[in-house]
Amino acid sequence: MPTAILARLVLIEARRGGLPWLTAAALALALVLAAFLSQVALTEARSLQLAVIAAVLRACAVFLVAVQVTASVMREVNDKGLELMLSLPLARASHYLGRFLGYSAMAAALAFVFALPLLAWAAPGAVALWGLSLALEGALVAAAALFFSMTLAQPVPAIAATAGLYLLARSMAAIQAIAAGPLVDASLPQQAARFCVDAVALLLPRLDAVTRSEWLLYGAPPGGAAFASAMGAVAIYIALLAAAGLFDFYRRNN
Amino acid sequence: MLAAALAAQLAMRTGSGSSAAAVVELPPPPSPQALRLASFGESATLARVAMLYVQAFDPPRDYLRLIGWLRDILDLDPRSQYPLFVAARVYAEVPDPARARLMLDFIHEQYLLDPDRRWSSLAHAALLAKHRLRDLPLARRYAADLQRHTTAADVPLWAKQMEVFILEDMNELEAARIVLGGLLASGTIRDADEERFLRRKLEELEQRSRQQGFK
Repeated sequence: MPTAILARLVLIEARRGGLPWLTAAALALALVLAAFLSQVALTEARSLQLAVIAAVLRACAVFLVAVQVTASVMREVNDKGLELMLSLPLARASHYLGRFLGYSAMAAALAFVFALPLLAWAAPGAVALWGLSLALEGALVAAAALFFSMTLAQPVPAIAATAGLYLLARSMAAIQAIAAGPLVDASLPQQAARFCVDAVALLLPRLDAVTRSEWLLYGAPPGGAAFASAMGAVAIYIALLAAAGLFDFYRRNN
Repeated sequence: MLAAALAAQLAMRTGSGSSAAAVVELPPPPSPQALRLASFGESATLARVAMLYVQAFDPPRDYLRLIGWLRDILDLDPRSQYPLFVAARVYAEVPDPARARLMLDFIHEQYLLDPDRRWSSLAHAALLAKHRLRDLPLARRYAADLQRHTTAADVPLWAKQMEVFILEDMNELEAARIVLGGLLASGTIRDADEERFLRRKLEELEQRSRQQGFK
């Protein structure tokens, strides 16, 4: 089970690298910020606290996963640990997927820890959906960070590319709405710009549709079809990033 | 060196004063699309944080600017009660009747978009129109819309019959009787105690209406 062993090593590295302390700091930051803001709220103080905590924890989870994955891969590359691993009788797919599974498990653990305090404000069902969604979103960020770290082999470009992909994916729906707004004229450049925006959107996951604070504030989406569809889309994108990373990994080292 | 740099930093910050004090006027509202873009998908959170930002300013002289902000924030999260609560309880209660009317109109406009969720703000607006602005026709218009458009089960009796009381205050007893009779006939009053109370009120109105007719 080399894949499982690699995944376990990734988790041990995260634990020893101070991730638990950073997780605790993120929780403290979210709770303190929410407590401060709710002091000045005239109404809906509880929902303000919930929305702020959820948004801060979501951002912290994504940031921690992206930085942890990039730092871990860079350390492997710089210490020549990656070359040592590749010299072992181990399939490269096992190597890549083992690391990815470890990072995904780390993202799931973070999502679980970050979802727990939300139970004080929101219904367990909504928190469970939010936590599950955050775990999947974290896995997507891990897949993106792993792909960019392996491909770009430099920490700053890798983190910048991961952050760019993530932020663009979260704001793409708003950008599309702006491009298709009623005040936009029907000139050729505008049409071309709109086409380009739609084309870029096709290449990105719909991260604005997952891990939504509205689920916590107003209850889980009815029916479950929309939730399942959003989760399915994220899962497909994770598979796409993992496949792209594997393709690059095989190509580079042959 | 470290101590000197720290002292310089503290001196600079102390000398520059609070940045919040420097900004006293609410800036113009951003476009709804820009606000949505800035939310990165967390529109409900940004709506609430934006409300805290807006309420950090004193009620501005330019209420159209303030209303622009509130409209944008409601657009971000239409289910939040915060913007209309603050509109009704803070910004509509200013001593300037012109600005208060602008805010009441905004509340009325937003109520019509989602009556079942926003009725409480319009009810407060009707009370303000009646008691603070002493504009009974305006209060009656709000109360009539409140009764006509709100179908939620949690609307209390006082809100449903507000128009009747306002008509009474306007001494339009016949109209009040008709409105109350219509309310009872509509079948929306399901609580037996509420219905009994309203029937008693209807009888009282009929009696007063007859007495007025004799005079």
